[in-house]
Amino acid sequence: MPGNHIIVGGGLAGLTATMKLAEQGEHIDLFSIVPVKRSHSVCAQGGINGAVNTKGEGDSPMIHFDDTIYGGDFLAHQPPVKAMCEAAPAIIYLFDRMGVMFNRTPEGLLDFRRFGGTKHHRTAFAGATTGQQLLYALDEQVRRYEAAGLVRKFEGWEMLSLVQDESGDCRGIVAVDTRSLEIRAFPADTTLIATGGPGLVFGRSTQSLVNTGSAASACYQAGATYANGEFIQVHPTAVPGEDKNRLISESIRGEGGRVWTYRDGKPWYFLEEMYPAYGNLVPRDIATRAIHKVVFEMKLGIDGNPLVYLDVSHLDPEELNRKVAGVLEIYEKFAGQDPRKVPMKIFPAMHYSMGGLWVDYHQQSNVPGLFAAGECEFQYHGANRLGANSLLSCMHGGNVAEPAMINYAKSKKSAVSSTIFDQEVKRQQESFDKIYRMNGSQNAFALWRELGEIMTENVTVVRHNDKLKATDDKLLEFKDRWGQIGLNDKGKWANQEVLFVRQLWNMLELARPITIGALNRNESRGAHYKPEFPERDDDKFMKTTMASWSSDGPRFSWEPVDVSVIKPRPRRYDVDKSATESKAA
Amino acid sequence: MAEKTQVLRIKRQDSPNSTPYYEEFEIPYLAHHNVISMLMEIRRNPVTRQGKRVAPVVFDANCLEEVCGSCTMVINGRVRQACSQLADALNGPATIEPMTKFPVVRDLWVDRSKMFDYLKKAHSWIPIDGTYDLGPGPRIAPDAQQFAYLFSRCMTCGCCLEACPQVNSHSKFMGAAVIGQVYLMSQHPTGQMNHEERLKAMMSEGGVADCGNAQNCVEVCPKDIPLTTAIGAVGRQTSIKWLRDLFMK
Repeated sequence: MPGNHIIVGGGLAGLTATMKLAEQGEHIDLFSIVPVKRSHSVCAQGGINGAVNTKGEGDSPMIHFDDTIYGGDFLAHQPPVKAMCEAAPAIIYLFDRMGVMFNRTPEGLLDFRRFGGTKHHRTAFAGATTGQQLLYALDEQVRRYEAAGLVRKFEGWEMLSLVQDESGDCRGIVAVDTRSLEIRAFPADTTLIATGGPGLVFGRSTQSLVNTGSAASACYQAGATYANGEFIQVHPTAVPGEDKNRLISESIRGEGGRVWTYRDGKPWYFLEEMYPAYGNLVPRDIATRAIHKVVFEMKLGIDGNPLVYLDVSHLDPEELNRKVAGVLEIYEKFAGQDPRKVPMKIFPAMHYSMGGLWVDYHQQSNVPGLFAAGECEFQYHGANRLGANSLLSCMHGGNVAEPAMINYAKSKKSAVSSTIFDQEVKRQQESFDKIYRMNGSQNAFALWRELGEIMTENVTVVRHNDKLKATDDKLLEFKDRWGQIGLNDKGKWANQEVLFVRQLWNMLELARPITIGALNRNESRGAHYKPEFPERDDDKFMKTTMASWSSDGPRFSWEPVDVSVIKPRPRRYDVDKSATESKAA
Repeated sequence: MAEKTQVLRIKRQDSPNSTPYYEEFEIPYLAHHNVISMLMEIRRNPVTRQGKRVAPVVFDANCLEEVCGSCTMVINGRVRQACSQLADALNGPATIEPMTKFPVVRDLWVDRSKMFDYLKKAHSWIPIDGTYDLGPGPRIAPDAQQFAYLFSRCMTCGCCLEACPQVNSHSKFMGAAVIGQVYLMSQHPTGQMNHEERLKAMMSEGGVADCGNAQNCVEVCPKDIPLTTAIGAVGRQTSIKWLRDLFMK
């Protein structure tokens, strides 16, 4: 008998799992706040990595694996990363067969570009809207299964909480229809969370408005472990905005874009000077810290502002149009200038969470029956993610989850009484009723802005223990003030404010393991940088931060990192990676 | 000196069947504001120009980079994404309204699910044998890829339906977007193999024959997709199929 599965989130990871399960004849209820075709995966620009080695460079999945582990500063468990890199070429080929219009070589083969943290042309791309193209291909395949009756879509529904039986196993979810505000329980054999990153915890980030981290936070509050939350990637090149910071893809540098600012009246290409081996294609954490240094320590931002130049004006406009038009259009539309002619003005922005729900090598969380895939889980990127590995990890995570979910469903225990579902619906209904009664003086959206500002200031690029402690104190204050929110909209239909007030609470809960996780980690590793502790400390901190929710705040434990395949060595980008290899040997 | 402000006149509707009304908001001017960031400003202080505290304006938005299609609205009479409408380009008070060719959920949020139903009806997918590893897909010439890519950027945003006189309450016309996708599928060597299936959908009620050739779709498409090229080509393909079906019976 086919199993019944719930997938929460219709981005790349969620749709992959849906497609794979449906292919096996399983039944899927797919939940998404937005129509799945509008998921945040559309924002991924640059491409997807896979060591296909069609460029005569001697690339291989093992080199991709080493680049990924090294780029992640040896914090990722190695076996699942190795499996991902080995699976990568077949994943790209599958997308090719599903009709993704990847760029081609003159011979009609897939073309590959270079990305940060590698010396190889390993990134397949469809213009500069690769995420959008991959998502659409999966959306089409899932629509095919929807037409065949295997997939039921609940678009416009938001997951509120898990339904757990007396032993704590996940038996389904409770969700709300964002239009009618009807709250309903949905039983299932397994549940997969694929809800993306927590960008909105940082206010303005490069992420989309659905990326509140609310669903992952609900799982964390229900007992799922949140791992490595402190590892937040700040992308070096974004255009600061009032509503969000818009990403300017790493592919711009992959195609020859250069980062510079004026020093002594002359352009200074500081990345090329500081990191001669990789130049503009150092990993994101390295480039971000260099820009911070140039702007804040050396005071060399453009006209004294926190901005530096990202320049493609020396490159052939036709070539640019063929390969990165989508990115350049974003700059043109939102900054009002043509980057083919004038250098772009950019600054780093919160972009990605390496941390997330803890999962085992089969994507299952510590809550039996609850799985996670994509950015909302912690497994593939260690302390820093390499560009174009995120689309890959989404797809791979969805692939790995499928057989594990089917096996779990087959071994499922006896049916549960409907009371646990009724109770959870009642609990959620009461929490909504409580929000409807809120009539204090605080505005939820203004409070969110304050949260974003302090998180961005203290818990992103440079971290100081006193400021982290102060931030956590502030989070507790915000939780108090949350109770004093006054609701402007008392309507019972499509009330976005009520939904947001709930999401904001979940953001506050999730901000704590991120902040305290950073406070606890007295070293510098990947995206986590503390001037007080500038070196990586493998003796004390080559371990996964594991946060469990409790009513008194997060409780922490640590898990050793599986480094069974590649021996850890120092991570440097001023010299070629091979130099560090010989040193370690 | 009075501070510079931006006035927004917003069409509101509390529920799908209630009567719409307009409310005006005045927002402090900021460089780099766009319509979404101004709607966010209203959420932080939902008070009208007349000083009345109201429910914050409900709107649909997600990526804010003009790739998801969510925040499509009618701004000063023209349909487009609200996120890329910069305040500096508004030149004075602006009227923001929901699209008219789709049912309103609330305020500026509309229900475009019919567009996804059309994609289902048109079998807009490549029917692959399976997701297991069968090696690379078919080779495609770079020029052919560049051409097909134009159509693959369609966000299902609905601008082309909003602007089309043939899409109205008296007609079943599915609009240009789905025709563009049918054409895109035929550009792929595997998709070409089952193009007939999609053409059948295009020959049914609301299909390509209902196009009135107003060409508004191509004017308003935010991604400059050559939709009229697709309509012309799919129209010819359906005619050929019609003739062939006639004689092959």
